[in-house]
Amino acid sequence: MTEQTLRQWLLTDTPTSRRHAKLSALYQGWLSFSGNTMAMAGLWILLALLGIALFAPIIAPHDPFVQDLGNRLAPLGTPGHIFGTDSLGRDILSRLIYGSRITLYIVALVALIAPIVGLLVGTVSGYVGGWVDVVLMRITDIFLAFPRLVLALAFVAALGAGIENAVLAISLTAWPPYARIARAETLTIRSADYIAAIQLQGAGAMRIITRHIWPLCISSLIVRVTLDMAGIILAAAGLGFLGLGAQPPSPEWGAMISGGRRFILDHWWVATMPGLAIFTVSLAFNLLGDGLRDVLDPKGEK
Amino acid sequence: MALADNNGGAQGRAPLPKWLTGTVKTLGSIAVTMLGLVFITFIIGRVMPIDPVLAIVGERATKASYDAVYLQLGLDKPLIVQFFYYVRDVAQGNFGMSLLNARPVAEDIARVFPATLELASLGVIFGVVLGVPLGVVAAVRKGSWIDQVARVLALVGYSMPIFWLGLMGLLVFYGMLGWVGGPGRVGIFYEDVVPTVTGMLLVDSIIDGNWTVFKDAFSHIILPASLLGYYSLAYISRMTRSFMLEQLSAEYITTARVKGMSEWDVVWKHAFRNIRVQLITVIALSYAGLLEGSVLTEIIFSWPGIGSYITTALLAADMNAVLGGTVVVGLIFILLNIASDLLYKVFDPRAR
Repeated sequence: MTEQTLRQWLLTDTPTSRRHAKLSALYQGWLSFSGNTMAMAGLWILLALLGIALFAPIIAPHDPFVQDLGNRLAPLGTPGHIFGTDSLGRDILSRLIYGSRITLYIVALVALIAPIVGLLVGTVSGYVGGWVDVVLMRITDIFLAFPRLVLALAFVAALGAGIENAVLAISLTAWPPYARIARAETLTIRSADYIAAIQLQGAGAMRIITRHIWPLCISSLIVRVTLDMAGIILAAAGLGFLGLGAQPPSPEWGAMISGGRRFILDHWWVATMPGLAIFTVSLAFNLLGDGLRDVLDPKGEK
Repeated sequence: MALADNNGGAQGRAPLPKWLTGTVKTLGSIAVTMLGLVFITFIIGRVMPIDPVLAIVGERATKASYDAVYLQLGLDKPLIVQFFYYVRDVAQGNFGMSLLNARPVAEDIARVFPATLELASLGVIFGVVLGVPLGVVAAVRKGSWIDQVARVLALVGYSMPIFWLGLMGLLVFYGMLGWVGGPGRVGIFYEDVVPTVTGMLLVDSIIDGNWTVFKDAFSHIILPASLLGYYSLAYISRMTRSFMLEQLSAEYITTARVKGMSEWDVVWKHAFRNIRVQLITVIALSYAGLLEGSVLTEIIFSWPGIGSYITTALLAADMNAVLGGTVVVGLIFILLNIASDLLYKVFDPRAR
């Protein structure tokens, strides 16, 4: 099959099978997404980041942990240290490269935990209704009522500093909006005829929720997750900056800014470079999220 | 509607007026939310690996004094009773003693809070004064360069770590250009010069008529306040834009234009009037957001507000102070949300 015919096959108005229809829908979504330059830029940046994280040991010019006290605070553009060195003589570029792993790790974990918790709470609440709904939504409201960063701070204070606890704290503060979205979707789906049809066939609540409601909630959750990722990165960096996330000598970007803060007036690059890295990545997530929203959720703001 | 009400009171009693049940419901949900908030902080305090007794009596206390404090703190009681005591204390504004300076946490918070309030208020003023017109213009001239600028400003604001932007601001405007005062609220020579009335230095120096202090304090607050203002501008301008777009596509706008009304009147007298209510909600929310954003900002600018207070306490494992600060910020958050709801009802006849 040549490319032209593959394209025609994908764009057909008369799909021959379920798989064909699905692939065709996917391809059309991709076409409208790839027409969005900004969103594609975001996607490329994130793919590059993924590559950097995967091949960190090959790309990084130096060991991110090796100190060279004779070569402290070398400025930008120093031969061998393009981004200079920090207060312990460690190569900033190499630390940034390894730091991308930590950032991706945190984002991936939170982006898994929070939406799943929210999906569970929201769909159960919306489908079961009654007092279960009241109780679950009250709890959601209480968590929503907290300022997120302050709640995360208190959680980390209770659990102890560290990446895993930071992930837990951010997830605990991030799930309520997902629960709200999932519940709203469930409420509209619940009264649909096809749900009644499945109920008449004898399907239990469990089956209906997991097989027939979840798949329909996913797309709005994905959009929300992508838009939230920037926020997650900023929250994680904030915790790292406060010394409550990843612990030294780990090259977490927020912690690197905090380390460079003391020299900001004389050796500005130490704190500036990790900040630029955070900015680039969260910008990429925002661009990607905007693009996905236009494709997956046509109702949303244009 | 009247029929339905009569059915509701079928047992012969007159039905309660709608506003009364509404108010009771609202108050009930506020109470539950606040109780939940206190419960969460209580739980956080209980799962803490820090022994509250040891923190008070010290490592080398005798068994007798340890037990005495243990009883005094009520730790022998069941958890539910402890929670009851905790709620009672919080309701009375008693958050316990700070372990750092052995003073009541409530007093500390009352002392540091005005600094945060001053910073966040100025920030939200910047955000509103610049963000609302920007959003309106971006909506009216959709797709123009102003719209693009507004979009980029918002996008950058959503993507940039606030503490990093603060550091960069310090580097450029204080370190390189020397336009603004450095970290802290006021230069060291002006500390404690004006008597404390409101705790907000700008206001206090005006009351005292001391313009030297005012100028110095202003040069210190301008940078962190602009920083917070930028973040609220990003949010407010986006929301204003989408509210305005919704109004401008309504039919009454077309009618007004057909009548030959000037574009200025169409935009400001018709469309803008109708988004004021929604804007109030957005502004209240962004104000609440700034209280939170001030945590990291305060650290960068050594601003002695509640954010600095919570973080300092956190790093010193001073749990009473952390929880007290968290409860206070949480309560203010809730109150601002309620306030925006109420304003909505007051200003929008449809919501009544």
